[in-house]
Amino acid sequence: MPGAPLLEARKLNVEFATREGVVRAVSEVDLDLALGEALAIVGESGSGKSQMLLSMLGLTAGNARVTGSARFKGEELLGASEARLNQIRGSGIGFVFQDPMTSLNPYLSIGSQLTEPLRIHKGADRAAAAVQAIEMLKAVHITEPERRMRQYPHQLSGGMRQRVAIAMALICRPEILIADEPTTALDVTVQAQVLSLLREIRERFGTAVVLVTHDLGVIAELADRVNVMYAGKIVERGSVEDIFYHCRHPYTEALQRSVPQLTELRPVRLAAIAGYPPNPMRLPPGCSFSPRCPYRLDICDQSVPPLESVSPNHAKACFYEGPLGITVEMSA
Amino acid sequence: MTELIVMNQPIIVTEPILSVRDLRVHFEVPGEGWFGARKVLRAVDGVSFDLARSETLGIVGESGCGKSTLARAILGLVRVTSGEVCFAGRDLARLAPEQLREQRCHLQIIFQDPLASLDPRMNVGQIVAEPLRSFFPRMTSQERQSKAVEMMGHVGLLPEHINRYPHEFSGGQAQRIGIARALILRPEVVICDEPVSALDVSIKAQIVNLLVDLQAEFGVSLLFIAHDLASVRHVSHRVMVLYLGKMMELAPWDEIYRAPQHPYTQALIQAIPPADPRRARANPAKPLGGELPSPIAPPSGCVFRTRCPYAVERCAQEEPLLRRVGENLVACHLAEQVSKPVGNA
Repeated sequence: MPGAPLLEARKLNVEFATREGVVRAVSEVDLDLALGEALAIVGESGSGKSQMLLSMLGLTAGNARVTGSARFKGEELLGASEARLNQIRGSGIGFVFQDPMTSLNPYLSIGSQLTEPLRIHKGADRAAAAVQAIEMLKAVHITEPERRMRQYPHQLSGGMRQRVAIAMALICRPEILIADEPTTALDVTVQAQVLSLLREIRERFGTAVVLVTHDLGVIAELADRVNVMYAGKIVERGSVEDIFYHCRHPYTEALQRSVPQLTELRPVRLAAIAGYPPNPMRLPPGCSFSPRCPYRLDICDQSVPPLESVSPNHAKACFYEGPLGITVEMSA
Repeated sequence: MTELIVMNQPIIVTEPILSVRDLRVHFEVPGEGWFGARKVLRAVDGVSFDLARSETLGIVGESGCGKSTLARAILGLVRVTSGEVCFAGRDLARLAPEQLREQRCHLQIIFQDPLASLDPRMNVGQIVAEPLRSFFPRMTSQERQSKAVEMMGHVGLLPEHINRYPHEFSGGQAQRIGIARALILRPEVVICDEPVSALDVSIKAQIVNLLVDLQAEFGVSLLFIAHDLASVRHVSHRVMVLYLGKMMELAPWDEIYRAPQHPYTQALIQAIPPADPRRARANPAKPLGGELPSPIAPPSGCVFRTRCPYAVERCAQEEPLLRRVGENLVACHLAEQVSKPVGNA
C-alpha cells in the first residue's frame, strides 16, 4: 500500500476510571507515522504522550478505557486479540523505555534475553539466534559481544544497558521503534552515544522511530516531524523546521523560551511559563493552556480550539492568529 | 585563611564566605571475597574553591563525579577524610558535633526530589517553621507561624497553603516549600543539589528564576550542583567541572562556553545537542568514547586520560595540577594546545 501510513491513530481517547473520577489522559488524538520516518512527541509529564503510544499496543493499565482507532499497516489494533498483539509487539514494533532495567530481566543473561524474541517470533534455533544476537550487539557498539552475551544486566553500565535494550527492541527487525524518553536517565555524554546510535539504526535498517521526549535538543537532532502535546491533546504538529523556526502555538513557543541554551549570551531571566499544568480530572472548559497563555483571548476560556492547518503539514490548535514572539533580554 | 594558590598565582576572591581546601572524602569498600584487602573509593579527591558572598558557584559533572558527596561533606553529612571546609573562619570539618550543629543554621540545603525531602505527616507551616523550632526553641508558635507565612510569600506560596500537606502539591510547588524551609533561618550559604532535575520542563524555569531572585533579595551564596551544564551556566557566576572526584576546570560562566580549556569540558559541551535543528544537524552531538573508570581504581596521572582524545605519555605519568590558563583554572598538561573555541555554532 504505497502512501498508507505505517502507524495511524484516529480520534484516540484514553480514560482512566479512578476513585476520584475519570481522568482523560488522551483525547481525540490523530497520529500518522510514515515508513522510515522519525516522529517526535514532545510534552511534559502527564501530557499523555506515553499513554497514547501504550494504548495503541494494548499496554495500558486495567482501569483504562481506550476508544477510537489505531492501525498498524492498516490492521486495527484496538480490540485485537492478545495473541495477535504479542506478535506485533516485538516483531513489528519494538519498544525502548526510559529506564533500561524495566525491559531487562535481572535474572537472565543478556544472551538469553536477546535470543528469546528471535526464537519466539522467528522460530530461530539456539545457534542461529546467538549469531544474530551477537551481530545486533555489534550494531549497537557493545564491545566484546561474545562475553557480554554471558553477562547479566547488573554487570553493565547504564549506557550499555540502554544500548542492550535498544538491541533487544531491534532484534526482530521491527518496522517501528518506539523510544519513550530513551535518554532522560542518561548522562549527556552517554546520551550522545544513544542519539548517534539511533541515527545509525535509521540509516542502516530504515526503521521508523517514534521518539517521546521533553528534550528539545534531542528532537532538533533526530526528528523529521514533531507533535507537541499538552493536557492530552496535540496542540501543534509540523516538520521539525516548522516547529523550531515558525511555531504557531503559544505553548510550543513557551517551551522553547523556557529552556536555557548553551550560546554565547545568556538570558537575564528565563522566560518561565506561569502557573502549573492543569489537573487532568478538572480540565478547563476551553483551551487547556489558556490559564497560562500570554496571548489568551476571551474565546479561549469558552471553547476548545480545533487542530487546524496553517500550511500543508503544519497544524495548530489555537484561536490566536497574530504573530508570536516574546522577546527575551540577553546579557553577555 | 589560606590563600588558594595555583602555580604561584593567587585566585582572588575577597572575603570568601566559604573556602574549601584540598577536600578529600574517601570511602572504604570491602575487597573481593571474605579476606580481600579493603579498597578505597575516592569520591572527592582534592577539591579547592572559594565562594564569595552573594555568589553562585555552579558545580557540574556526570553521575559518579562526586558532586553530591562534595555537598554532603561541606555540610558535615559525611565524614571528611582530609582537607578544610572553612566557614566564617572556622574549619567545619574539625568542629565537635554540637558546634557543627550551631553552624548549620548558616548553611542549608535544597534537595533534588522535592516530595521525598518533605515529611508527609507535617503540614506546610510545620515544615517551613521546623528549622526555627530547632534553632530558636524559645520562639513562640505565633512568631514561628508569622515568619513561615512571610517566607512562603517570598517563594510564591499562598498563606492558605499553610495547613496543607505535601501530597497536595505538585513537584514545582513542593520544591518551593523546600526552598522556604532552607531560607527561613536566613542562611549565608545554600547548597542546591540538583534542585530542578526532577521538575517538569515548564516548571524548571520558574524555580531557576526564583532562586536567582531570592539570591538578589537575601544576598545568599549558592552552590548550584547539577548535571545539566546549560542550567548551571545560566544561574552561576563561575562554574566548576568535576570528573571522578577531581576538579577539571573552574571558569567564569561565559568563559566555560566561549573558551573551555579542559578536554572534558569541551566533550561535555559537544555532547549537548542544541535546540536548533540546523545547528544540531550540521554538528551532531559527539559522544565521549570509552566508559567511566572505576573510582576504586582510577587511572594513573590524569583521571580523564583514558577517554581523552589528546592524551600523551606524560598524562599517564604525572597528575596535572590546577593552573591558570586565560581566565580559567584548568587541570590539564595540554590546555594550551587543545583549547580552541568549541561549541556547536
